[in-house]
Amino acid sequence: MSFSNVVRQGYQSEIEGIQAAGLFKEERYIHSPQSAEIEVEFPVGSAIRKCINICSNNYLGLSSHPEVIAAAHAGLDGRGYGMSSVRFICGTQDMHRELEKRLTEFLGTEDTLLFPSCMDANAGFFEACLNEHDVMIADRLVHASIVDGMRLCKAMQDTYKHSDMGHLKEKLQEHQDKRFRMVITDGVFSMDGDTAKLADIVALAEEYNAMVFVDDSHATGFIGKTGRGTHEHCGVFGKIDVITTTLGKALGGASGGCVSGRRELVEMCRQRARPYLFSNAVAPVIVAGALKVLDLISTTTERRDKLEWNARYWRGLLKEAGFDLKEGDTPIVPVMLYDAKLAQDFARDLFNEGVYAVGFFFPVVPKGQARIRTQLSAAHEKHHLDFAIEAFRKAGQKNGILGLGKKELLARCVA
Amino acid sequence: MDEISKVVRDYIIREYVPEGDDREITETTPLISSGLVDSFSMVSLLRFLEKKYAIHIPDSAATPEAFDSVERIVTLVRRFQKVEVGSV
Repeated sequence: MSFSNVVRQGYQSEIEGIQAAGLFKEERYIHSPQSAEIEVEFPVGSAIRKCINICSNNYLGLSSHPEVIAAAHAGLDGRGYGMSSVRFICGTQDMHRELEKRLTEFLGTEDTLLFPSCMDANAGFFEACLNEHDVMIADRLVHASIVDGMRLCKAMQDTYKHSDMGHLKEKLQEHQDKRFRMVITDGVFSMDGDTAKLADIVALAEEYNAMVFVDDSHATGFIGKTGRGTHEHCGVFGKIDVITTTLGKALGGASGGCVSGRRELVEMCRQRARPYLFSNAVAPVIVAGALKVLDLISTTTERRDKLEWNARYWRGLLKEAGFDLKEGDTPIVPVMLYDAKLAQDFARDLFNEGVYAVGFFFPVVPKGQARIRTQLSAAHEKHHLDFAIEAFRKAGQKNGILGLGKKELLARCVA
Repeated sequence: MDEISKVVRDYIIREYVPEGDDREITETTPLISSGLVDSFSMVSLLRFLEKKYAIHIPDSAATPEAFDSVERIVTLVRRFQKVEVGSV
């Protein structure tokens, strides 16, 4: 037997170490569709309780929308359950082509290629498009999937201080000897909720002859006046060479992702990206649902407008209550606690008050930067947020953190 | 502080300390374990050392522990400088 007791004990010891460090993550079980209100079993085996969910990526409230569900049903009926194939063998339906075309129009690019997830898009893109003569220059807070994708690529890796355009400029100057340069950033940074300075990045990229890659997973559908993404918001629509984004957040929340951008880069992915070549095609049910989502958000900005209002209102409530927040203007509003145990205790206290949020701590965020990452949804009504802030206040009072700034909270850190 | 320590410390400040952050970086300030430098951003430090001191630091030696302070980085540099000299 290869999984001997010695091997088992080795892993058990490592898991115990994670628990001892206060870094153990537990799943909660949701007994309802994703929505502003959900039914949760936690801890395992306990009575199911109704909670307000304030930590999903369901930004536009479309994860359980009846029209999206109906369209998904129609997709199942018309095109079946699964493709049982990678795309290039016999896994491409007319609907895949249609969705790629619609995403191209929505994002303002030249071409789009679907992937099983944006994680896969990021994993496959760099290796497919860059080689050892090139350089990737990434913001230090890019998503983990981008870090993984860069590590798979033979191009040189470099990084710049988060959103520091002076430092990016230095890096671009340093790497003028490379064949191609690619600046890589999130559009909206998923842990801090801040927005990339895309206008400055594009200007620098033009000056120093570099391509620009943006992962807009936390922006597509709701950032920018018509929800096209960070590039619309920053006034550089049509100027980004590569956008990767997900169908698993605002755009329905099921799964799927894409690479969208310059025709030739997308074609390189079609020819060489390993997750595209070796992983199953996005299921017809998901494609059908995503097409309906694009219908719903292309004709009105009602949902993204409501989300914007919700985010502004929630941020105001939290500030008034005395919480330490990361500054920003997106629907991601991190409540900073810094200490991992405090973040877990706080999340538990919130749950006891009927609000569902999860503590974020190492390795999801750097050590000493634990937080509750709240996320707004267009599905939230004002009364949800008014209820939630009372829960936050109670938990804040219980833990003695209201009105404390970063220095005081850091002084309380034990981990 | 000797010359190598000064060069390494100055690089760390320039490359990793955010604008407006007035933290002190000494020879023993934790770099990796404090989160100032992580495995993703460490690559530029490694490249800088190899170019500046004309050495090669193998992956097996380029560990978070070996890079966790200016003092430890200097130890690493000196170790591989000796290796380079020894190989001539």
